Amino acid sequence: MTDQSATLVAILGMAAITFACRISGLLLGPRFRPTGRLRAAFDAIPPAVLTAVIAPTVLVTGPAETIAAAVAIVAALRSSMLVTILAGVAAVVALRHGFG
Amino acid sequence: MTADLPSASTSTSPAAEIRAAIVDITPAMVAAAPIGLLYGALATAKGMDVVDVLLASGLIFAGGAQLAAVQIWTYPVPIVALLVSTLLINARYILMSASLAPKVAHLRLLGRIVGFHVLADENWAMSERRAGGGRISAPYFFGMGAVFWVNWMAFSVLGALTGPLIGDPTRFGADFAFTAMFIALTAGFARSRTSVMVIVAAAASAALVHLTLGAPWHVLAGALTGIGVAAALGGGREERTA
Repeated sequence: MTDQSATLVAILGMAAITFACRISGLLLGPRFRPTGRLRAAFDAIPPAVLTAVIAPTVLVTGPAETIAAAVAIVAALRSSMLVTILAGVAAVVALRHGFG
Repeated sequence: MTADLPSASTSTSPAAEIRAAIVDITPAMVAAAPIGLLYGALATAKGMDVVDVLLASGLIFAGGAQLAAVQIWTYPVPIVALLVSTLLINARYILMSASLAPKVAHLRLLGRIVGFHVLADENWAMSERRAGGGRISAPYFFGMGAVFWVNWMAFSVLGALTGPLIGDPTRFGADFAFTAMFIALTAGFARSRTSVMVIVAAAASAALVHLTLGAPWHVLAGALTGIGVAAALGGGREERTA
């Protein structure tokens, strides 16, 4: 498969999976109300996935990224998303310059 | 559109419902704009073209999954890993759509399917609030979904067009904007001791697997570890919050 056709397959596949998730609620109906451990597992999906995606950058890329991530975490707990992004980016640019 | 069906939640005119929808979703559209620009710029830096970006934003329409895909994107394209990552990130839509389904049950099936295709976190939350346990009007539901969808596509494409002119976005630390945004999104979920433990476990597992097996398997490993921790701890908490 060429890179161009693989790109298209990936985009269409991601779109199909996302569409299936969005439509499934219409089929499951209002009686689907997971409780207990299943509910806890579903609730954990967004933070677990978001964390897993960025963990290599945060923990095992370099000191600049790890320290900038710490700055961003502090900002995220105290401020808005925009401030968090600006603080994290400013920190990583300065630290990469310092460690570089 | 199925606007001919009666709206039970309110007696205001369709135009007023659409205006209310746009007013409600505007802050989310402003917040999504720089993320769309970043997505377009990072995607083109990874080798996608403008048409790819438009297709992805129009058909997938899920910022978190799209940005995660750009993060693990490489050549040859890791299709299976991208699909697994997308399923894991977007599985939350199963619960969101199940919750909203009864509030739009009075709309035509085709309309519900089209409307649910553009269901994102932000317009889902606004629609749930508007419904308030009752029904939601067709103009509000479709109007909000449509403007939010077009907004995301427009800024993604703008990012794809301007990204190459600006050059390698990593020079300005723009690659880290993605990391910082995910930190901000994750912080929004860190509301209980369980969720903090989920985050710590997922981070440790993902970092370890990234060092050993390598990308993109860290996404699956970290996610499953975090979900497993939540399931192990979850039963007890549920009783207190229920």
